[in-house]
Amino acid sequence: MSGGLTLVVALPLLAALILILLSRLERRKGAIAGPGFFQRNGVAVGLYLAVAVGFWAFFIIVLPQLAMVDLSFRPKLPPSQMGGPKDIFTLENYRYFLFGSTTSTANWNWLHIKAFFLSIGVSILITLLNLAICYPLAFHMAQSAPVARLRVLLLLLIIPYWVNEILRAFAFRVLLSSGGVVNKLLMGGGLLDAPIDFLGNDVGLYMGLSYAYLLMMIFPLYNAIESLDRNQIEAARDLGAPWWHIHAFVVMPHAKPGIASGCTLVFMLSAGALAAPLVLGGPRTLWFTPIVYDRFYQAFNWPQGAAYALILLFACIVFVLAVLRMFRLSLGEIAR
Amino acid sequence: MAAAVELEGVNVTFGDFVAVRDANLTIEPGEFFSFLGPSGCGKTTLLRTISAFIEPTRGTVRIGGRDMKGIGPNKRPTALIFQNLALFPMMTVAENIGYGLRVRGVPRHERDEKVKNLLIQIALPEHGHKLVSELSGGQRQRVAIARALAVEPSVLLLDEPLSALDLKLRQHMRAELRAIQKRVGITFIYITHDQGEALTMSDRIAVMNAGVIEQVGNGRSVYAEPRTPFVASFVGENNAIRGRITQAANGTATLDTPIGPLTGRNPVGLPAGDEALIFVRPEALKLGGDPPSGFEGEALDVTYEGSITHVTMRVRTGQKITLSLGGGAAGILPQPGDMLKVGFEPQDGLLLARPERS
Ligand SMILES: Nc1ncnc2c1ncn2[C@@H]1O[C@H](COP(=O)(O)OP(=O)(O)OP(=O)(O)O)[C@@H](O)[C@H]1O
Ligand SMILES: [Mg+2]
Repeated sequence: MSGGLTLVVALPLLAALILILLSRLERRKGAIAGPGFFQRNGVAVGLYLAVAVGFWAFFIIVLPQLAMVDLSFRPKLPPSQMGGPKDIFTLENYRYFLFGSTTSTANWNWLHIKAFFLSIGVSILITLLNLAICYPLAFHMAQSAPVARLRVLLLLLIIPYWVNEILRAFAFRVLLSSGGVVNKLLMGGGLLDAPIDFLGNDVGLYMGLSYAYLLMMIFPLYNAIESLDRNQIEAARDLGAPWWHIHAFVVMPHAKPGIASGCTLVFMLSAGALAAPLVLGGPRTLWFTPIVYDRFYQAFNWPQGAAYALILLFACIVFVLAVLRMFRLSLGEIAR
Repeated sequence: MAAAVELEGVNVTFGDFVAVRDANLTIEPGEFFSFLGPSGCGKTTLLRTISAFIEPTRGTVRIGGRDMKGIGPNKRPTALIFQNLALFPMMTVAENIGYGLRVRGVPRHERDEKVKNLLIQIALPEHGHKLVSELSGGQRQRVAIARALAVEPSVLLLDEPLSALDLKLRQHMRAELRAIQKRVGITFIYITHDQGEALTMSDRIAVMNAGVIEQVGNGRSVYAEPRTPFVASFVGENNAIRGRITQAANGTATLDTPIGPLTGRNPVGLPAGDEALIFVRPEALKLGGDPPSGFEGEALDVTYEGSITHVTMRVRTGQKITLSLGGGAAGILPQPGDMLKVGFEPQDGLLLARPERS
């Protein structure tokens, strides 16, 4: 036990030390100029900051993730056997995801694999849909809306998010169910004879997901487009460019970092969404996050849950890197 | 040949505010035409009206004889160079210059050829691959001009393009712009609030004040024959002394002022009894002698500049009058505190009606 305690105290200190050394190294390479960290803040405050950030980075970010990674490579064991001879590193949790069994590789685990790719694919679609919805709106807000209208638009966009996510998801359910307002209106208007099963066909899910992360797309886009000099749009127009050309070759290249950060945010959030798929998903749709959730709380198989969650995380990282690659951006640029 | 640009009764209002009032103007093909006026007088507004970014509230804009109503900025044969240039930062110099051609669907090789020629013309042949941010101010200036010229506009509109440059570069670019205009032979419409710029570069100048075009003419005529008090005091240094006309005949008139009777030309034919201003240029005022019009005052400040000496003097009413004495006066330079007797010939005084307020 005392070994564990030493570890807990020593590791954050080590992290702090690494941070300090890193800054030293950067300074050595001439990457940073000006007064040093400790000169600027004084030794006491500087040390406090380094240790505090070290603890924070370690306990909040590194440790839980490392624990998850570690857990995902271990078998499911009763507590009495943990740390015993059976507690070895194994790939069985990942094997289960692919083949539906911890031992055999005879059959593919189509149910989970399909759910995984469905989640990823639909998330990509939703990201694109969101981009298509938000870009014109963000452009209008950033470049052409008068101040008064901009305020109204911002309020209209933000207020619905004061309602919590689950309530919003159920509201969509109420709206779109067979006896819901939309179907009633359509049938009342004589457009339909029988109600459309919006929920069963996942229309509700897509709508809910798109709507849930609208702001995550709008604000990065708005910020990026807002910083574009209006004269550049006019210059392009003056040189004879039609509007689509201006968007494709002047506005979008400028807004690239905003588009990339909006897309990565929306993708990660919708791939990891739990409430909307649970509430709005059709009976035939198996989203990946509820499966992960089930691993933890239905199957009580935490190692397996950890493995599933890491697979999702990995997919998200791949997506982010692909987007950055596509836009030829560095990670620093989208964080601006 | 049809006029390059014609404005007929053009009015532009923003809400209640009249930014351009009743502009009537004809600009000839191949002309270097300048709009000169103080900040906020509506120069940019007028230019944006010509390039279609602003619809005139009333009136007609014709380019090459064609009514431009309803024709958008991307369809007009004009190219605008913005006050801040508005080059595209994410494109290279060559892509910037070629943008207008790309939009028009000019094939690649033809485009490259043309861009190369333009780069040579603006003396930046090796800079095509650079980003705009890697250029100096003067180089950016030239890229903006090349980008506008690439689309072969019939009218080039320039909105104070030199205002961001330092004095030395500005003078150099003035000559360069003029040379480019001579070479390509198209109409340049140039906006500036710098009278030196307008006088050195332009074939003709329109002097604007508070949305109104007060006078149009070549540099000499707006300087020597101003038609309004605003033009007289805005273009070049001028001393204005107010008074009442006592007699007017044969194109000259005598003004009774607090510092004595002063005689000058009366081109507008103001009648006796009118309130008026008499304008005398600093260089027209001479020391000593016995000229027809003269007055006295105390020298306050004497600045010797070699070929010219600037003197500020205060007359009896407390008004300050400036003199520019030529090199010949070097021998008898006045000292601050001296009482000076100065005067001018009738042809150097100019009488104009006093504006309503003032
Ligand atoms: N979109 C607008 N809405 C309301 N008023 C405007 C608008 N654009 C210009 N104005 C007003 O019209 C007047 C003329 O503006 P303009 O930009 O034409 O001046 P300018 O002569 O170009 O001045 P500067 O030399 O400072 O560029 C100014 O008083 C300005 O406040
Ligand atoms: Mg202006």
